[in-house]
Amino acid sequence: MGWWKKPASDTQVTHGDRFWLYVVATIIMLLLVIPTFIVIPMSFSDSQYLEFPPSNWSVRWYTEYFESAKWIRATVTSLQVGILTMLLATPLGTMAAYALFVSGHRAAKAIFLFLITPIIVPVILIAIGTFYAYGRVGLNNTITGLTLAHTALAAPLVMIVITAALRTYDLNQERVARSLGATRLKAFFVITLPQIKFSVLTAALLSFLASFDEVIIAIFVSGGLNATLTKHMFSALRDFIDPTIAAISTIMVLVSTVLLLATQFIGSRQK
Amino acid sequence: MDSRTELESSPLNEKPLMLQEAREQWTLLGLAIPAILTIVAIILIPVGWLFYLSFVGSDGQFSLEHYQKMIAYKSYARVFVTTFQVSILTTLICILIGYPLAYFLALLPPRLAGIFMLAVLLPFWTSLLVRTYAWLVLLQKNGILNDFAIYMGLWETPVKLVHNLTGTLIGMAHIMLPFLVLPLYGAMRKIERDMMYAAANLGASPVQAFWKVFFPLSLPGMLAGSLIVFVLCLGFYVTPAVLGGGRVVMVATQITAILEHQFDWGAASALGVVLLFATLIILYAAARLLKFDAVLFGKH
Repeated sequence: MGWWKKPASDTQVTHGDRFWLYVVATIIMLLLVIPTFIVIPMSFSDSQYLEFPPSNWSVRWYTEYFESAKWIRATVTSLQVGILTMLLATPLGTMAAYALFVSGHRAAKAIFLFLITPIIVPVILIAIGTFYAYGRVGLNNTITGLTLAHTALAAPLVMIVITAALRTYDLNQERVARSLGATRLKAFFVITLPQIKFSVLTAALLSFLASFDEVIIAIFVSGGLNATLTKHMFSALRDFIDPTIAAISTIMVLVSTVLLLATQFIGSRQK
Repeated sequence: MDSRTELESSPLNEKPLMLQEAREQWTLLGLAIPAILTIVAIILIPVGWLFYLSFVGSDGQFSLEHYQKMIAYKSYARVFVTTFQVSILTTLICILIGYPLAYFLALLPPRLAGIFMLAVLLPFWTSLLVRTYAWLVLLQKNGILNDFAIYMGLWETPVKLVHNLTGTLIGMAHIMLPFLVLPLYGAMRKIERDMMYAAANLGASPVQAFWKVFFPLSLPGMLAGSLIVFVLCLGFYVTPAVLGGGRVVMVATQITAILEHQFDWGAASALGVVLLFATLIILYAAARLLKFDAVLFGKH
């Protein structure tokens, strides 16, 4: 047991002394991860009831999902809104973050604070507020309305990611380009953007996921033919348990996992 | 003297140059206009509208009746108590579980910590609906947790773990934990290891060095994380609604209930306004206390 007696730090604490911490941390990490992945085996159960571990395996809930017009329609809506939100929030947030970072204007900090209010204001309030306002202008149950609301939620996330990227980037490079005759626009696209492109990509993935996973605004603002996946899932969870949700959840977990691994990969490329 | 300072000091050029700079600043700020308009349309106008509605009485005149009801009716008091109770308990559970985890991660070499960090990030990135659903299954009467506890001899007959406060707290702690661990881990990483060596060198035992040096230095990170968790809990809707099974009524649940059953926009808005102000006051106090500014915006 060489490892056991070996000091874990320069302060002579051995791995043996710290063993309890390793055990506790492992248990906590398992508790974090297991409930995230348990939906995968559950979705292959043959039973009507929620049971784990399943006694019989089948793919009937996947068949159910793919054959249900309601669930497929909702999936398409969620994807549509997610992609539109990503396409809107990423340029919007990037432009704002760049503008506020570069201009040394006195108002820049106040504007930044104003633009990140969607993170601070409780989402339930945004949900009922937009529901009320949309009622007046006929945007409830539309893709446009939901996309706009999700863009407001995602834009601050983009801003935070891009501002962090700009902070580690040397803006003098842009000044050099401009002193050599490039316009500000050209300097941004040729010099700055290529160097922060990984952060822009991360921000885009984040804004897609922020929309795709969003529940509360979707419950209020989306509906009818344009109800999202999360809205249907929420009512299914609250009112009756439909094992189809396990199949859908599995698909959602896979989407998140792929996106997370993508950002991790992007992050490692950046270094 | 280079040409630039010469230009700047020349009185002939001073005005046009300053004008040009001011114009450029304004053009740049113009880039933020689409984002500003979106936030005005989606946040400012709707929330402002709710604020106005909360002061309109049933007769259509200005009134404080919705706020007076909140003080007069016992049912409202119960909602506020539940909201604070759930938020405080969830925050405490997160600190208790999150601190050892963040400490463990902070002790690891950065590369290894990055791998273990996936255990925190994966749930963080997974839809909270999916995780709420998973807990619903795990905690049910003939669920795996009850089976396991009975097998281990912890209790004899299945215990009701879901559709009550217990289930809500378990689900919420699971969802909130990353919000505590991430800032806390960041703060712990910034603590100079030399401080621990210095403490050891001066004769402190590892336990003493931890409590006298490391722990106090990690407190700001812990406080920042706890505040984020607490504030997020205050407005939480999905998990208490599903895992609470109607028995845990928090502010957000009450707001939707009022809208669904009574269609009373004034009462719902007033509750929302109270929730918003509670959130803002806590964040403002935190910002003053912790210089959040520096955390969020750096030097800029």
